[in-house]
Amino acid sequence: MYVYDQYDQAMVDARVAEFRDQTRRRIEGTLSEDKFRPLRLQNGLYLQLHAYMLRVAVPYGTLSSAQMRVLGDIADKYDRGYGHFTTRQNIQYNWIKLEDAPDILADLAKVEMHAIQTSGNCIRNISSDHYAGATPDEIIDPRPYAELLRQWSSFHPEFLALPRKFKIAVIASETDRAAMRLHDIGIRMVHNDAGEIGCAFYVGGGMGRTPMIAPLLNGFVPLDHLITYAEAALRVYNRYGRRDNKYKARIKILVHELGIDEYRAQVEAEFAHLQTQGIEPPIAELERIKAYFVDPTFETGLSDAIDLSNADFARWVRANTAPHKAPGYAIATISLKPLGKAGIPGDATADQIRTMADLAKAYSFDELRVTHAQNIVLPHVKKADLFALWQGLVAADLATANLDAITDIIACPGLDYCSLANARSIPVAQKISERFAASAKQDAIGELKLKISGCINACGHHHAGHIGILGVDRKGTENYQLLLGGSEGADTSLATIVGPGFSEDGIVDAIEKATNLYLAKREDGERFLDTYRRIGMAPFKETIYG
Amino acid sequence: MADVPFRFRSDDVVADPAVTVDAFAAQTNATAVRIEPGEDARALLPFLDRLRLVEVNFPTFTDGRGFSAARVLREAGYTGELRAVGDIGVDQLSHLRRCGFDAIAPSAELDPAEAATAFAVWPEVYQATGDGRPPIWALRHTAGRGK
Repeated sequence: MYVYDQYDQAMVDARVAEFRDQTRRRIEGTLSEDKFRPLRLQNGLYLQLHAYMLRVAVPYGTLSSAQMRVLGDIADKYDRGYGHFTTRQNIQYNWIKLEDAPDILADLAKVEMHAIQTSGNCIRNISSDHYAGATPDEIIDPRPYAELLRQWSSFHPEFLALPRKFKIAVIASETDRAAMRLHDIGIRMVHNDAGEIGCAFYVGGGMGRTPMIAPLLNGFVPLDHLITYAEAALRVYNRYGRRDNKYKARIKILVHELGIDEYRAQVEAEFAHLQTQGIEPPIAELERIKAYFVDPTFETGLSDAIDLSNADFARWVRANTAPHKAPGYAIATISLKPLGKAGIPGDATADQIRTMADLAKAYSFDELRVTHAQNIVLPHVKKADLFALWQGLVAADLATANLDAITDIIACPGLDYCSLANARSIPVAQKISERFAASAKQDAIGELKLKISGCINACGHHHAGHIGILGVDRKGTENYQLLLGGSEGADTSLATIVGPGFSEDGIVDAIEKATNLYLAKREDGERFLDTYRRIGMAPFKETIYG
Repeated sequence: MADVPFRFRSDDVVADPAVTVDAFAAQTNATAVRIEPGEDARALLPFLDRLRLVEVNFPTFTDGRGFSAARVLREAGYTGELRAVGDIGVDQLSHLRRCGFDAIAPSAELDPAEAATAFAVWPEVYQATGDGRPPIWALRHTAGRGK
């Protein structure tokens, strides 16, 4: 894991002091709310329906046990004893007092954490593959490049008042676990024909009210030009992105209106110019960062056998573990999606957060990851330790065996918390989970990514759900639209609305009809998404509305 | 004459009125120009020799186009006064300096002590922006250049 040196620490400490001063001026009244708002947003502080919400950055989703433990302690000390892990691999606290925010940032800074640029019209926290450094299917660990970009984008003075927010993801495998092409810039680490590593840049993806899949901008940016190229792409956006309409201000609209070829021509011209400006860190800096991401010392000669004689454990292993690059190890996912009404998707109590920290220390080389599906990954678990890990999870109510199943739902906070929402997301997620909770039922359905947003801003990624749900307000009543056929994986696609919307109970019935049709029509090995793609919308529409 | 409370150059304040970009191109004796957010700073590049003052207007501090305008001019070799004007608070001061502004004239008066704190907020910087400050990556590798 990356470790701060004195420079990184000094920058984060400076930010804490700056924000403490801004908060003081706000409370004293010399800084108006209008002027304070963009400043607090760039420190992750939102004003929601009932209280302030603080979003803490988890760069590329990677945490140490010590950091995780502090996240639990903050939930106890400053919030109501829980936190909410987000679709951008961060954590947010929903019940924060403005006057506490500087102290929270100071607590975070002690463990090399912060809330820098987790909101606002700036470059946001860089996200990545939650299996990075552990999965056998990557060409290289993408996180050092994400860290290089983190430092470049932190307090970048030219890009702190962009037309709109700007999200970057970096991955290094064909299997896209980070929804890379649904970002403002998605970077995939690739090999060129000469076998060198470089960056493929995709630009202009996003969800929101105008969902778009990012087209390829440049298939190979050499590593020693990564920052210069990113700066060129951002400068063109900062100069020419629309500022007349907030809903047309994301880079996807600029790229769409200019066309990718014209946008590319402008970036190339800026890139050629910027190469004369000496803004690229030396490769030695990348090498310095990479040294922090070397593999932990895996034991060798381990067996890959797992004793699956306990049926519940066997089910959890099948559902929640993935292959690891080292023999005898597995990647284990802790589901934060308890079944039925037992919890809220992505939430964890302070005690659960500390338990996960302890388990990571005991079984995963001190390391955890936050996933964009709002779960927690222990990236490096010895297969021989899986049973002990599982027992620890069972004791903390964290052993739900439903990774990528229909009950592993992504849901935004919705109208229960958010001032933008038109409808509640959490109760709908709970009702769906309740309906499909019987293990035989969800196991029969298999992989089905279900995502719920409480308004068209799409924080719950409904456009990218195999099944998506969009909450809208219809004449003062919450109404839910059903979408089918989205995917955020390597086969990225946008979901299509089926037809007229439903009530809260009606949407659950509609989903059951859709899954029943899938079970009746599927051919061997097909996931829900595959069957939908093969047979098309018409039979689903007929079943649901017929 | 404009009141410029923050100025980081020793030559005399340019008293000439700043004209619009369009007017500037037409007036061959003009030495001062004012850029609005939607205007292309590169339109001024043919005239850098006769320019003594470029004002960059920030009608609202949340519109950051002026930051890019400043860097474009400095990167092209402009060495005259580069003055940020408009809706500027203490919390924008350090960023303006980093992008190459050497004069700042906010439309509302700023508290001098708060401004002094704000200019000094960053002990070091992560990026090379042409303002002369060595970025952190350069400090880390001063002995290892080309390593």
